[in-house]
Amino acid sequence: MRQAETTRTVNLLKEVDVAVIGAGPAGLAAALACAEAGVSTLLIDANDAPGGQLVKQTHKFFGSERQHAGTRGIQIPSLFTEKLANYPNVEIMWNTNASGFYDSGELVLEDEKRFMKILPKRMIVAAGASERFLIFRNNDLPGVYGAGAVQTLMNVYGVVPGDRVMMIGSGNIGLIVSYQLIQAGVDVAAVVEAAPCIGGYLVHAAKLRRAGVPILTSHTVLAAHGQESVTGATIAEVDKEWQPMPGTEREVECDVICLAVGLMPLVDVLWHAGCEMKYVPELGGHVPVRDENMRTSNPKVYAAGDSGGVEEASSAMVTGEIAGISAAKSLGHQAPGADARLAQLKADLAAIRSGPTGEKISAGVRCATVCGGVWE
Amino acid sequence: MRLKEHPILDFPAGREVVFTFDGKELRGIEGEPIAAALHASGVRVLRHSPVSGRARGFFCAIGNCSSCLMTVDGMPNVRVCTEPLKEGMVVETQKGHGHLPID
Ligand SMILES: Cc1cc2nc3c(=O)[nH]c(=O)nc-3n(C[C@H](O)[C@H](O)[C@H](O)COP(=O)(O)OP(=O)(O)OC[C@H]3O[C@@H](n4cnc5c(N)ncnc54)[C@H](O)[C@@H]3O)c2cc1C
Repeated sequence: MRQAETTRTVNLLKEVDVAVIGAGPAGLAAALACAEAGVSTLLIDANDAPGGQLVKQTHKFFGSERQHAGTRGIQIPSLFTEKLANYPNVEIMWNTNASGFYDSGELVLEDEKRFMKILPKRMIVAAGASERFLIFRNNDLPGVYGAGAVQTLMNVYGVVPGDRVMMIGSGNIGLIVSYQLIQAGVDVAAVVEAAPCIGGYLVHAAKLRRAGVPILTSHTVLAAHGQESVTGATIAEVDKEWQPMPGTEREVECDVICLAVGLMPLVDVLWHAGCEMKYVPELGGHVPVRDENMRTSNPKVYAAGDSGGVEEASSAMVTGEIAGISAAKSLGHQAPGADARLAQLKADLAAIRSGPTGEKISAGVRCATVCGGVWE
Repeated sequence: MRLKEHPILDFPAGREVVFTFDGKELRGIEGEPIAAALHASGVRVLRHSPVSGRARGFFCAIGNCSSCLMTVDGMPNVRVCTEPLKEGMVVETQKGHGHLPID
């Protein structure tokens, strides 16, 4: 692994076999697969360190053992970077944003000082996802924070978001962040969930109940209160159609409203590259239509991880590796045993997506996969 | 407020630096996002919307949502949720859309 050379040239047109956008679990796995196949690889991330969402995941991971279940999320990135360091064909650019992909096949990168052009033969987009928003009165007040933001502030920088938090959403993210708030000594007023039952795993919910946090299912937030920042909120019960029921309104005292209402794939560069996109609610929004090797309708472009559909880190590592092996293979390079490995990865992915929680994802993936599973 | 003790995490003691927020002297840790330093000092309002005039705080913390734009060392529209804090930085609430400094 070399540190990318710094130069002020604006029109540096660098050729590279594979450019990987994003160094979260998906991008790291993709880059490692390309490295092993022997193609020149450029890994780009807007942050100054690897890991993406993992840098704030202090809990032990769920999922399968081959994908590091039982390891804390924060420990996973270094497992990859230690391996990547052995490959001279890998270059990493931190603090660098991939801002546009042009019809000429040029990928434009920018850092604090420069614009750079890259000419990649293949591109793997592993940009992750961004937080969804929710509509309620005064939802723009300071103190209405995304769950990812709260986690970053608290687990990476050691700053608590406030004194008393109301969490909206009981998926794994809402439950886990609530528990991490308690670990950091912050009060959690309640977890509010519009559905009649919780969305995340029971183990996480049980920890919260043991800590005395009410989990209010069939409830939603109607309004935030405060002038310049949040001082409280109104919540209410909802009926079967998720409509608030008059007369059930209740005031909750809190100075932070944390939104954990899902993520939306980051796919800008895929739109730029003219990839066929499809709106698939099960995967969080617009996602690229892909084949089983994660290739998009643009034969030079692959997608991996949450950019291909919001899922989890275990599957992100698998789709990343699949994309990496396949991109290299399309350039005529592969590591010994790559085909067997590819088959293994596809079986792993099916296993991760089996079971009741995987049903929704599987349906989404079926909907996003090109007819017949392979591009003509 | 800053965490002093945590059951799982250690926060390595960083170098404390001084910066100003709208002329007031504040302290933060070198390299942390400016927004984290402001939050630790109790500052939650980062700007007012140039359209509605309503208060805005930070939201995504990954440089995606533009809720946290401020003027830093004279440069407008800096995303303070990702911009690292440096000694002596001049951080200001931005008025309107901001103007690029011309030198
Ligand atoms: C609270 C919480 C708990 C979770 N717990 C678990 C768990 O227990 N088990 C599990 O399997 N999963 C868990 N997940 C999910 C998991 O973290 C994500 O699914 C996973 O990180 C997605 O990986 P990714 O590589 O696709 O994207 P990310 O991890 O989001 O990484 C994307 C990277 O791309 C970079 N990037 C984006 N756009 C650009 C650009 N234009 N230019 C340059 N760089 C760019 C970003 O800076 C980022 O580093 C959890 C998530 C959260 C929020």
